[in-house]
Amino acid sequence: MSGQTRPVRVLRNLNAKIAAVPMILTTLVVFVGGTIWTVIYSFTNSKLLPKLQWVGTAQYERLWNNDLWNAAIHNLLFFGVMSMVFTIGIGFLLAVLMDQKIRFEDTFRTIMLYPFALSFIVTGLVWQWILDPGMGLQEVVRRMGWESFSFDPLHDPDTVLYGLLIAGLWQGTGFTMCLMLAGLRGIDEDIWKAARVDGIPRWKTYIFVVIPMMRPVFITTLVLVAAGIIKLYDLVVAQTNGNPGNASQMPAMYVYRYMFTAQNLGQGFAASTMMLLSVLIVLIPWAYLEFGGKKRG
Amino acid sequence: MADTVTPRGKRPQSRFTTNNIVLYGILGVMSIYYLLPLYVMVMTSLKDMVEIRVGNIFAPPVEVTFQPWIKAWSQACTGLNCDGLSRGFWNSVMITVPSVIISIIVASVNGYALVNWKFKGSEVFFTILIFGSFIPYQIMLYPIVIILRELGIYGTLSGLILVHTIFGMPILTLLFRNYFSSLPEELFKAARVDGAGFWGIYFQIMLPMSMPIFVVALILQITGIWNDFLFGVVFTKPEIYPMTVQLNNIVNSVQGVKEYNVNMAATMLTGLVPLIVYFVSGKLFVRGIAAGAVKG
Amino acid sequence: MTHSIQVKDLKLDFGSVSVLKNLNLDVAEGEFIVLLGPSGCGKSTLLNCLAGLLDITDGEIWIKNKNVTWSEPSDRGIGMVFQSYALYPQMTVRGNLSFGLKNAKVPKDEIDRRIARASEILQIQPLLDRKPAALSGGQRQRVAIGRALVRDVDVFLFDEPLSNLDAKLRAELRVEIKRLHSRLNNTMIYVTHDQIEALTLADRIAIMRGGIIQQLAAPQEIYNRPVNLFVAGFIGSPAMNFLKGATVDNGRAIQVGDVKLDLAGYDGGQPTDRPQAILGLRPEHLTIQDHAEAGHTIPALVELDEPMGADALVWLQVMGQQVSVRVPFERRPVKGAQVHLKVDISKASIFDATTELRV
Repeated sequence: MSGQTRPVRVLRNLNAKIAAVPMILTTLVVFVGGTIWTVIYSFTNSKLLPKLQWVGTAQYERLWNNDLWNAAIHNLLFFGVMSMVFTIGIGFLLAVLMDQKIRFEDTFRTIMLYPFALSFIVTGLVWQWILDPGMGLQEVVRRMGWESFSFDPLHDPDTVLYGLLIAGLWQGTGFTMCLMLAGLRGIDEDIWKAARVDGIPRWKTYIFVVIPMMRPVFITTLVLVAAGIIKLYDLVVAQTNGNPGNASQMPAMYVYRYMFTAQNLGQGFAASTMMLLSVLIVLIPWAYLEFGGKKRG
Repeated sequence: MADTVTPRGKRPQSRFTTNNIVLYGILGVMSIYYLLPLYVMVMTSLKDMVEIRVGNIFAPPVEVTFQPWIKAWSQACTGLNCDGLSRGFWNSVMITVPSVIISIIVASVNGYALVNWKFKGSEVFFTILIFGSFIPYQIMLYPIVIILRELGIYGTLSGLILVHTIFGMPILTLLFRNYFSSLPEELFKAARVDGAGFWGIYFQIMLPMSMPIFVVALILQITGIWNDFLFGVVFTKPEIYPMTVQLNNIVNSVQGVKEYNVNMAATMLTGLVPLIVYFVSGKLFVRGIAAGAVKG
Repeated sequence: MTHSIQVKDLKLDFGSVSVLKNLNLDVAEGEFIVLLGPSGCGKSTLLNCLAGLLDITDGEIWIKNKNVTWSEPSDRGIGMVFQSYALYPQMTVRGNLSFGLKNAKVPKDEIDRRIARASEILQIQPLLDRKPAALSGGQRQRVAIGRALVRDVDVFLFDEPLSNLDAKLRAELRVEIKRLHSRLNNTMIYVTHDQIEALTLADRIAIMRGGIIQQLAAPQEIYNRPVNLFVAGFIGSPAMNFLKGATVDNGRAIQVGDVKLDLAGYDGGQPTDRPQAILGLRPEHLTIQDHAEAGHTIPALVELDEPMGADALVWLQVMGQQVSVRVPFERRPVKGAQVHLKVDISKASIFDATTELRV
């Protein structure tokens, strides 16, 4: 090999480039290409098969005039806000409790986190069973003598989302607790010493010093939770399958229905494009906050 | 000893203070919330249907029976097939094993190339990859259907394995990239001076040093792929449905009398693999799930 | 003279940032060159370019009269020693030493022969079957040097090899490296930010700043005749004193405040008159006395002293400027005393305040 001539740029470190081919294909073909493809075809009236027959924004007009879609969006918003507030609230509270140099910390963590290892299908099914009105929690309480006790969230359109929430929190709060605990442990020990020397009570230190310092952790957790909620599918399919009525329908289920069973691809594409849009609304401000300010070293 | 100083302030607190009672009280109540479903699942799966109808779901079985487990494993019906959840189990094994191996190989090489062999545009691809992990899968589902169909692997195991490799790539690549970039760069330089090439350094230097992170990736992928539902539904046919999909079909089928004990046994069976992985791996699991979220 | 390394117009840009600017360097065979400079000056970057670990933007690199600008690191005939030792943790010492040779397909008995020789030179025979984790810092660095040694190359590149060691070990290994050089007599390029290492080891020192070699010369030359203010201030500890003044009387004297110092005997010829000049004086080239000598002393007020063992560093106020003088500990003056500083002008340096160059 001669050292005199500058090698052709493409050939330099050829092996590394060959090794990166799967990544390049994935990003370009699937992530970028697939997304653009779907967005483009959402402006067509593709039915059973995709075809480039332009209908402008007709699919989107249909989408937003569709009761099922509007119900799904409404459900998602309600579930999403509740879920974020409680996941983060409970997650942080548990993390603070875990941070008090408690005994059996590992045991508690193991107990809180194991649901996260399970499939949403498993979570949905087991909570469906516990909340079963005929034999589950409600029946147990009634048999204990409280005859008028009523707790049947899954069969009431007004409360079904709370039923999903109970299951969702069961699965997810252990995870947020771990993220928050890592954040708490990442805080400089000297901060606590300084607060003690200044005579600030612990709870005040948490609220006025620690929480502001953990802002990045909160934001990251929020983004992760939000991105997960928008994709929410398995849990609902297993626990309620959108019932009763359409009171627990979700956008992801709407997409699946139109793409793979109702054979109205254009509708499915438009709906999934709206899902992408909602993720971008969460993601872009975050990416801006997270990476925008920093300069590259 | 004229000036013995008496310590002032509170004495160190004993174990039974109000604070501690509240602290352990809350943790205890929360633990019940977390443990209850597992308890109910196991108890229900060990009762017969008569006992379930007359009894309390929180009560332990009067008479323990393993019949529901046997039935769930080998006789439960989905549609016309009545050969139980074992079919889904083996499908999931055949999906998970190759998917885990291939996705980890691809992603570890990616991470290594991104850290040590940067080329023009490599960071751009990585950024897209990370953003891609936030894009709802729904928007990419149909294009992937088309790609798989063109490749002739739509509805096959290989198709699903490819899909898992693709969607496992962002988080795993991030995981490996962060790990490899924490290794001293001089080690890589030394190996280059020693004449090792791309693969030589990967296999002889990086790989032996990276076993912990491979275990983390393994945990992440086994649980993630085993628990997948959406890709299983979309990209496979009923004969090769993974366990989660079959489980849902068994439990949520509208025909026939609901056998809650069999359903719960089936649910337990499906949850068993990730649970075992979870309990065996312990803290590595925590490290795995935090890896994607907490950046350096 | 036979060239061992030639660097011709080397340029390196990271994006829009120019890290190395038109750098030229000629190293003779067997020479010990130290690249010295503050962090970020480009010294390690230059070394990495020589090793082929960084692709350069423009220019040429020749090693042993061969153009290696685009050769692989392993094809350049170099060995390299790193700051963090960079030993492969999963391999034994023997494995570490033989890794490169195996990659180069050197026959087995030849590998054994070279390992035996290197481990004899570095006295690491008892360590051969241990893993790096079981070695001390000094032992690790010996092994790292051994890894360069077995390659049987003419050029050694050292990237701050002693920075991770404690002061005592550092001094020991410094001597060892010097001994190694005199035994093997191969070319060594040595990067450091420690001027003691530079002054003790180098045949020539290259002082770098901002991707440019400011001065390349023998240690004494750099110490006594620094080419500019930066080099003057960087080399020497405690640092050189700088006094603002002006050269007057057709360059025969320098005016500092209201004192004129005679420039007869200045090492650098007769400077022309400059209204803005800087007089550089090393603390060890000043003496404190209690009487004035016209043209040779400056009045000063003693402020405080810093004992440094055998010596003390005395800080004085000279016409509103700070000056330090090194004196034997027992001869340090009392605080607040009014004294006179005698200037040895033959060892002083005068700089132009605008160009910052020595005149």
